Amino acid sequence: MAELVEGPIEVERLLAAAARPDCGAVVLFLGTTRDHHEGRRVERLEYEAYRPMALAALEQTERETVERHAVASCRIVHRLGEVPPAETSVAVVVAAAHRSEAFDACRWAMDRVKSTAPIWKKEHYAGGGAGWVAGAKLE
Amino acid sequence: MKVTVLFFAQARERAGRASVELSLPEGGRLADALAVLAREHPALEPLWPHLAVAVNGRLARPDTPLAEGAELALLPPVSGG
Repeated sequence: MAELVEGPIEVERLLAAAARPDCGAVVLFLGTTRDHHEGRRVERLEYEAYRPMALAALEQTERETVERHAVASCRIVHRLGEVPPAETSVAVVVAAAHRSEAFDACRWAMDRVKSTAPIWKKEHYAGGGAGWVAGAKLE
Repeated sequence: MKVTVLFFAQARERAGRASVELSLPEGGRLADALAVLAREHPALEPLWPHLAVAVNGRLARPDTPLAEGAELALLPPVSGG
C-alpha cells in the first residue's frame, strides 16, 4: 500500500519489505530534492497534496504497475511538507523475477506518479521569493 | 444544498484560503459551482485554463451533478516527485 509521510522516507524498510525468494531483482528509484532550478538556487522545497486523492492515485499506480509489467510488487512512498535539499522526496520500489522488467516497471511507475497524483512542489529561492513548479494538468 | 470547495497550491494562495462552503440550488452541477467561484474569487482567473476539478476525490466534468455535502477540489497542474 502506498504511503504519504511527513518525515524522512525509510528506504531500508522498503527494501527489506520488497525482498522475496521468487524475485531476482529489486529496483529502487529515489527522487531527491535539488538545490537549483533554471539557474536559481533553491533553499528548500515544500510538498502539498490532496491527501485522499493522492493516496488513491499512488495505489492505483502500484496496482497498474504490477498488472502491466508482470512484476511481483510495486511500492510508492511520497514525502510531504518541507524537504531540505538532497533528501528523498519520493521512493518507488519494484521487485520482479528479472531485472529488465523491474527497471521498466520502476520507470513507468515514477512517470505515472508525476502525471496522476495531486501533489504540488513549491521552491523557496535563496534571497527570497518562491514558486510552484510547473507541472502536468490532471486528466 | 451546501458543498465544500478545497483549494490547493496556487489556487489556495490566489483564493487566500484553503476551503470555502458554497450554497447552490438543488440539482446544481459542477459548472454552477465553478461559476460562483469565478465570480467570488476573481484572483483565480488566470488559473482556470490549467485547473482540473475533482468531486469527491474523482476528476469531474462541468456537467457532473452535485449532491448535498459534496467535496470539490481545484487542482492546479501537478508537480510531485
